[in-house]
Amino acid sequence: MTTTAAATMRDRFISTASDLLEEDPRLAVVLADISASGFDAAAAAHPDRVVNVGIREQLLIGATGGLALTGLRPIAHTFGSFLVERPFEQVKLDLGHQGVGAVLVSALGSYDWPAGGRTHMSPGDVALLDTLPGWTVHVPGHPDEAELLLRDAAAADGLVYVRLSLQRNAEARPVTPGRFLTVREGRGGPVVIAVGPVLDDVLAAVEGLNATVLYASTVRPFDFAALRGALRDRASAEVVVVEPYLAGTSTPFVTEALTDLPHRVLGLGVSRQELRHYGTMQEHIAAHGLDARSLRARISTWASPQSRS
Amino acid sequence: MTLTTADADTRTLYTFDDLAGLMSRMTGADKHGPAASSTLDVLWVLYDRVLRVAPEAVDDAARDRFLLSKGHGPMAYYAVLAAKGFIAPELLEGFGGYDSPLGHHPDRTLVPGVEIGSGSLGHGLPLGVGTALGLRAQGLLDPAVWVLVGDAELDEGSNHEAIAYAGAAGLERLHTVVIDNQSATHGWHGGVASHFAAAGWSTATVDGRDHAALFEAFTTPHPGRPHAVVAVVEPKN
Repeated sequence: MTTTAAATMRDRFISTASDLLEEDPRLAVVLADISASGFDAAAAAHPDRVVNVGIREQLLIGATGGLALTGLRPIAHTFGSFLVERPFEQVKLDLGHQGVGAVLVSALGSYDWPAGGRTHMSPGDVALLDTLPGWTVHVPGHPDEAELLLRDAAAADGLVYVRLSLQRNAEARPVTPGRFLTVREGRGGPVVIAVGPVLDDVLAAVEGLNATVLYASTVRPFDFAALRGALRDRASAEVVVVEPYLAGTSTPFVTEALTDLPHRVLGLGVSRQELRHYGTMQEHIAAHGLDARSLRARISTWASPQSRS
Repeated sequence: MTLTTADADTRTLYTFDDLAGLMSRMTGADKHGPAASSTLDVLWVLYDRVLRVAPEAVDDAARDRFLLSKGHGPMAYYAVLAAKGFIAPELLEGFGGYDSPLGHHPDRTLVPGVEIGSGSLGHGLPLGVGTALGLRAQGLLDPAVWVLVGDAELDEGSNHEAIAYAGAAGLERLHTVVIDNQSATHGWHGGVASHFAAAGWSTATVDGRDHAALFEAFTTPHPGRPHAVVAVVEPKN
């Protein structure tokens, strides 16, 4: 089930980051107009640590790198397409290459605002970050998880991407940053890794199937141990990854985890092809085959016969 | 402030006249064309008389920050760093080698005193804006941030994001020195300085080979505004 309740993960980001500005003198928030009004009170209280550079995303990341060079812990935020895709060279050079850490927090994801069209979709953000060393990637599926992961990211020193979306699960899970969580255990069937907000649809899809479901609210680093543990005692290694961004993004990580094991992998996610449709988030989720009904059909068609129930 | 005196022995050993010799240790050539040395006088005046930096205090929070944005042709920069004791002159001979910390573009993680890794144009000014903001946010109101860019480098749009914002925000501790060797393909209508002035910066345009004029331009007060010095040198072509 996918819901968009009143308090979104982006709302929770604003309240959590505002609290963190009070709690941690090392923290700074850097904005490029997006969500800026939400930080009005925090900016009044901490005018030097809430910086809005205007609609300037190269500067958003460059200034974030500069803040980090002075020893602060900057959190930069805007929509994913303008946070990772547009200033990607700044992400590569002004953060990682300088040897500094930062937290990037995105909103809108791959299909949160389909009426806004392609320009406001960033299905390639995680794949782009996968070309760079050292990034932790959190994909929370609920506002409570978002707060936990944001606090963890703020307290850390490295490079952390927190991918927030309107799509969410009905309930928060007791996640541990950096670890997959086993939410369903099946015998013999496929291991399905559900990343962030797709979990409820994945659980609905595998109802009655013999599948194990691992929940990834942190997808980088990829929890190799959890995947291998879930496959222990299975005759075959069948792994499905369902991600709310470009399909197959995590497939190389499954392969790397299982180099010594014959295995099959199915990578499900957002299609590379532009849909060139507007409409609603639910329509786009269905168009990418990520709704529960489509997922069930795709997983059960692909899985070996002994997996199916 | 612990960096106000030039007390290290190394800094008294070299003069401006020694820089050409230090550069020769990298290039193997006795003479260098204008392009290789376009930054030489500016760098020398900054490191000799303006910046409060020292090899023994490269991690001092109160130090001035010099960000070489125009990372191309860094021989003059390395020569000045060697002259001022940040790097051993012997390192210059390995310039560009696999195990050398001195590449054709500098890497801050390999060279003490190098504040940013650069090479791709248009990154220094945004990093400088963030550095100035970060120092101010920590109550470090004294350290100056200096960014060296080239007139052709200003073609990159990222600079204009930084110039516009820094002017609007009145980042008084941010300084830019533009080495103007008239190498921008389409030039700068009205002169380089006018583009900074229009964004609210204090500006000065001087002869980039005249040490007294450079020093005066570098030390001109500019209350409430960032400051840009355009150092005009011989045309590249």
